[in-house]
Amino acid sequence: MLAALRHWLDDRFDWDDLTAPLRHKSVPVHRLSYWYFLGGITLFLFGIQVATGILLLLYYRPGANDAFESVQYIMTRVRYGWLIRSIHSWSANLMIFTAFAHMFSVLFLKAYRKPRELTWVSGVVLLFLAMGFGFSGYLLPWNTLAFFATKVGTEITGQIPIVGKPMMIFLRGGEEVTGATLTRFFGFHVAVLPGLATVLLLVHLLLVQRLGISVPPKLEVRWTANPSAKHEMRFFPNFLLREIMAWYVALGVLGALAAIFPWNLGVKADPFVPAPAGIKPEWYFLFMFQTLKLIPSKVWFIDGEVLGVIGFGLVGLLWSLLPFFENDQPSSTKRWISGLGVFAIAYVAGMSVYGHLAK
Amino acid sequence: MAILRNRLTSRAATRLCVVACISVAASVGNGQTKNSCLDCHAALPDPLGVTQEKFSQDIHAQKGLTCVSCHGGDQASDEPDKAMSTKAGWKGKIERKQIPQLCGSCHSDPVLIRQFNPSLRTDQLAQYNTSVHGKRLAAGDTKVAVCTDCHSVHDVRAPSDPRSTVNPVNVANTCARCHADPNYMTEYSIPTDQFAKYSGSVHQQALMVRGDLSAPTCPTCHGNHGAAPPGVDKVQNVCSNCHAFQDQMYEKSTHKKAFQEASLPGCVVCHGNHGITYPTDAKLGTGPDAVCMRCHTPGDKCDQARAGLQASLIRLEQAIQNADQALGLAERSGMEVSEARLAQDQARDSLTKARVTIHSFRTDLVDQDVQAGLRTAAQNLRAGQEAMVERNRRRAGLGVSLVAIGMVLVGLRQYLKKIEG
Repeated sequence: MLAALRHWLDDRFDWDDLTAPLRHKSVPVHRLSYWYFLGGITLFLFGIQVATGILLLLYYRPGANDAFESVQYIMTRVRYGWLIRSIHSWSANLMIFTAFAHMFSVLFLKAYRKPRELTWVSGVVLLFLAMGFGFSGYLLPWNTLAFFATKVGTEITGQIPIVGKPMMIFLRGGEEVTGATLTRFFGFHVAVLPGLATVLLLVHLLLVQRLGISVPPKLEVRWTANPSAKHEMRFFPNFLLREIMAWYVALGVLGALAAIFPWNLGVKADPFVPAPAGIKPEWYFLFMFQTLKLIPSKVWFIDGEVLGVIGFGLVGLLWSLLPFFENDQPSSTKRWISGLGVFAIAYVAGMSVYGHLAK
Repeated sequence: MAILRNRLTSRAATRLCVVACISVAASVGNGQTKNSCLDCHAALPDPLGVTQEKFSQDIHAQKGLTCVSCHGGDQASDEPDKAMSTKAGWKGKIERKQIPQLCGSCHSDPVLIRQFNPSLRTDQLAQYNTSVHGKRLAAGDTKVAVCTDCHSVHDVRAPSDPRSTVNPVNVANTCARCHADPNYMTEYSIPTDQFAKYSGSVHQQALMVRGDLSAPTCPTCHGNHGAAPPGVDKVQNVCSNCHAFQDQMYEKSTHKKAFQEASLPGCVVCHGNHGITYPTDAKLGTGPDAVCMRCHTPGDKCDQARAGLQASLIRLEQAIQNADQALGLAERSGMEVSEARLAQDQARDSLTKARVTIHSFRTDLVDQDVQAGLRTAAQNLRAGQEAMVERNRRRAGLGVSLVAIGMVLVGLRQYLKKIEG
């Protein structure tokens, strides 16, 4: 049956030729090969997000009067609605976590180096888009925490010199966080960001396909000197089946999190009540939030918060252009780039824990 | 030359006029007119001492009145003999007996008062004359309170000012200055423990702890200018100003007639007066806080009704607690039960309503509220229990899914082994 279908497709579309790259694609095998699974797991979680997001769209109603009630309806009345919403929320967080882990694995394995600079750039931008998904999606249930976190988050955007205020008004759909903000964020979350992310994801995957999978520099030197030592496995089916095993594990973790810790709905947002004490953003923004809190209100003559926002903007830009700072003699730069990676992990983790514990 | 001199003279005169006008305007602008009284009295010890700082706090001073408005005399004169001459209308110290009349000379004049504060009442003196204080003063007892005892003197503030002696937060202390002093009150043969009792009451807690300025203080029940005990048959009217629903229920009850016939003061019989504590269901019991059994005989028809009423309230309270526990457990398990949580407020409202309906002393009416509350609490309890059943079902489903995933993983592993030899 399958052979007949394959023959039918081959007759019309030259199927064998189309799928040849997949059949010929190989994956290097060495002691650090398991890091290669992270990109695939992130892609799998993105797929989960798309699927569960579409299902949630069937019942979700954007708008200050309906959003909370519609999510409450999904959680309590819709068959398996609780599961879909909880998986969507948990998967979003896991996806950002695995995307961070994937990025650092690429950094430490030096996989960003020539000729894969643009793969790195597209990956970092995808991570920023994922954080944008998180920020816009967090507001959609229209609960108190989301409302005030969005208020604080968009206020920080407003600190950017010159363009900050217009950007804040654009994001909020006015001076304040209102139903207009919710509608706008819904649009970003289900149309703008998915469109951008899909295009960029295709570019990222095409680059991976075109440039192949990187091996660590030392191993590359050894394999070039002694090609017989080179060890690879076929992408299809050997690596893909292993990747699918990783996806199943991820699915099991997601299911367990959703069943044991269903995502909390909270209390409906009320713009007229004071912000709850100790309001904090989602964990992946916590290191920036805590840093902004620690910067003095005035540094020399510059406003502390403005300085922080500009600083993070510059760091983000330089981070996404990191491969271009590595010269042709990687040995001279590899140490400081690895050191930078260690520092970045320590800083993000340390500040996140500090932000979580701080009152 | 003559023309020039004339010009200079004219210029100088103009300048002088301008300076004089500015000076006058400045003094009028500052609202300052000469007040020689304060020049001397600021240096005198109490009770004659009145400083400019103290008098400037007085609402009368702020409205432009001065010492002479009450005491007469000539405040423009620096010579004491002239300033305090009877020729200038000086009255000296106002006799206590004259104080209400003096204050009333303005405060009973609607036309005059309207110019300062159109919403201020002008019946204080008329009310005072009907009060125990006023009547005793008229009878020659000058120990009783007159206007200045409560409102203070020379630094009288508006009652809305938190520093005023008659502001809701201070007025009980003001009354207590006399009424809590056993020596001062000896000759009146009335208790002096009202303030001590009030200080531990639910009303005082509402006012001072919760900051509810509408909570009752002494004048709320006794009146202020017309202060008098409410009287046995009028107590219910006083309490009903705030506790309207309890009053409606009490009106329907058999106790209304029974208390009237026995000349018992309504609400006070069960709740007390100055030392009213938070009413718990224990009032319906047989323990130390019980009130019914002070009059009723154990085992009689009323005692049985009492026991039934108390059991109903306890049953509803217990049902609400059970539902709260079930919903709390479901919430801690991550289940979404906010609708049932909201409905718990309805059950609590029913309990509150039943406690109000107790004042009808009718088991059928109380039962209606209790049953409504029990139904709601039962629904909420069921919602909590169903949430827990659902939680267990989810976990069972998770177990099955994890087993299935495990089997797929084992299968894939075996397949990989097979194809990779």
